[in-house]
Amino acid sequence: MKIKGTQLFVKALVEEGVDTLFAYPGGMAIDLFDALYGEKDFRVVLPRHEQGLVHAADGYARATGKTGVCLVTSGPGATNLVTGIATANYDSVPLVCFTGQVPTNLIGNDAFQEVDIVGICRSICKYAVTVRRREDLGRIIKEAFYVARTGKPGPVVVDLPKDIQQALGSDEYPKEVSMRGYKPSTGVHMGQLKKAAGMLEAAKRPLFLVGGGVNISHAGAEMTALAEKLHMPVVSTVMGKGALPSDHPLYIGNMGMHGNVAANTAVSECDLLFSIGTRFNDRITGKLGEFAKDAKIVHIDIDAASISRNIVVDVPIVADAKEAIVKLTEIVSEPKRSGEWLERLQTLRQEKPIRVVSSAPLTPQDVIEGINAAFPEFIVATDVGQNQMWTTQFIQLKGRSRLLTSGGLGTMGYGLPAALGAKLGSPDMPVVCVSGDGGFQMNEQELATAVCEELPVVICILNNSYLGNVRQWQEMFYGGRYSCTCLRKRASCAKWCSSPKAECPPYVPDFVKLAQSYGIEGIRVTERSEVAAAFEQAKKNTKAPTLIEFIIDKEEEILPMVPGGNALSEMVTEVKKEGR
Amino acid sequence: MAPALKKRWISLYVENDVGVLAKIAGLFSGKSYNLSSLTVGETEDPTVSRMTISLYGDDKTFEQVKKQLNRSVEVIKVLDFTDLPIHKKEILYIKLHSLKKEEMEEVMRSAAVFGVTVCDYDRNSLILESLKTESKNSDVLQYYKKYYATRMEAVRGGSVAIESVSRSER
Repeated sequence: MKIKGTQLFVKALVEEGVDTLFAYPGGMAIDLFDALYGEKDFRVVLPRHEQGLVHAADGYARATGKTGVCLVTSGPGATNLVTGIATANYDSVPLVCFTGQVPTNLIGNDAFQEVDIVGICRSICKYAVTVRRREDLGRIIKEAFYVARTGKPGPVVVDLPKDIQQALGSDEYPKEVSMRGYKPSTGVHMGQLKKAAGMLEAAKRPLFLVGGGVNISHAGAEMTALAEKLHMPVVSTVMGKGALPSDHPLYIGNMGMHGNVAANTAVSECDLLFSIGTRFNDRITGKLGEFAKDAKIVHIDIDAASISRNIVVDVPIVADAKEAIVKLTEIVSEPKRSGEWLERLQTLRQEKPIRVVSSAPLTPQDVIEGINAAFPEFIVATDVGQNQMWTTQFIQLKGRSRLLTSGGLGTMGYGLPAALGAKLGSPDMPVVCVSGDGGFQMNEQELATAVCEELPVVICILNNSYLGNVRQWQEMFYGGRYSCTCLRKRASCAKWCSSPKAECPPYVPDFVKLAQSYGIEGIRVTERSEVAAAFEQAKKNTKAPTLIEFIIDKEEEILPMVPGGNALSEMVTEVKKEGR
Repeated sequence: MAPALKKRWISLYVENDVGVLAKIAGLFSGKSYNLSSLTVGETEDPTVSRMTISLYGDDKTFEQVKKQLNRSVEVIKVLDFTDLPIHKKEILYIKLHSLKKEEMEEVMRSAAVFGVTVCDYDRNSLILESLKTESKNSDVLQYYKKYYATRMEAVRGGSVAIESVSRSER
């Protein structure tokens, strides 16, 4: 039977088991939306901006492990996806993004709402393709889903010209994929793994470094079992947080720029760094020459291109994290090691915990610990900046709890839409968004989506009225010159200003009133004694989001900190403040 | 010690599709890899194109280039030709004009010495066609530049390469 391209598109989504489509219509996608009308097999969600849309699909994918699916129109609809596609690419999130396109005979004419989205996205996605013939449509969609979710997952862009959407053609959606240029690596090189296992048994101060790859392959339980078998300490990157329960005795903490003292000391002093699923980016390593300088390094990663790129490793192993961990657990024998190394790190973790040292009536630590106390299990989506780092420092992930954060690209505006996507994918889990006042405003229009989709997410805004992370850098490294980081500054203020003052203009917007304008509850919290009650109140709103604004100190710091380019052992643990 | 830079050769099998050249070229520019030449054309299979790429780089960068090429969905196969016996040629055209009679004669003579063909001819201008390795073409070009710099036009094709049948042939 001959069907339209749009009908094959809908059929393909059904066959791929898509249950949620994030979609925003427009002229070159109107036929696709027409085909969606009456669709019963999946939910179609209408965010309020395409950037919010793609972050929501990303949050959905990270929360569920399924592929997030986007549908937008050509031109601005497509370009608004760009930041979200790059975000997903750097954190290896499977997305398939369908973009409408002008008819093939108009491509290249600078037609209304025409952009070369495939060209624009080429370097920020796993694969991008324009469907140029109706007979290729089914195969290309099949391949898109396959490429997105296999190997190192990532975003795929499929550009659909309007004439291809309308053209009649086969109703067949392929069952199999065969791509001669794309063969994701499978299996583990046992010789290399045995070598690594031998090193594990022989090392005196071995350390596991767990990255996002372990979470992506859902290998948390297996990783925990391996660490327990070997009685070995584990540190994680921001993206690897949650692979082990945060309160596990073997878990020393997050390492890297804002890691804890024990974790960064562990990396600096270990004699074997056994790393799994991390690409050793600069936020992780600090000064490269000093990174784990006394250690042999084993590196397991699904992406051959991540191995020996930033740091040279002794034993490279290209493999899926879960597969490698399971095999390694089978072959490695329990070592006879003194417990001294582990105990030292555990003691250091106790003695030098991360905490916010502040005289303020409410600190970010109070808020994040409030989340830990309020929900036994939860998904937390953060924005980017100090709010993100405080969350990664204080959040306790156990059981099914997950942290969703833009770790690679560091995209402000990610938190709120990602939380909505996570809630759509995991309706049974409490979902909390932690955002700063700056990042929240980058996609605050998605409050409408949360209301209309009846999503009871708890939105926490840590309001310090600054773009806090950059302000902190300005304070620490740029002589306190607060250039364009104050969000209360008005045209009538002094042109340049280096500290908050009593007479500063009021903050806009009033987030509580903003919440009210969306018909939802807005709560302002100014003291730590009010934190628990605010979360309890939020839990009562089961059909709508709740916005809680936490007023924190304007110049609160995120510490410890390894200044960019320093060695991990050179941590700044306090910032001297006058009058404190 | 600075890592040793060396000229490398890659033969790349790619899908013969729109945008694949842009993808490969973009990979080099986006990641700041130092591309020296790139040629592309269809193979015996019209759905497959083959690129011959040369670049300067150290071992580590070159490994990364090969890995990045390999992970591109559009790339079917990456062959490292750097240390293999290969046949490798480049076409070079040099058009010379406003030549005096004795200059014409000199060009004909030198062309014969260099083993370069005169493929087009008029009373005071001609075109030389040189099918040689890249470095030999550079020598040829250098020679004519020395004497005819203001009266010449040159175009180079970039190298194409194929692995030898007899393993010793270069």
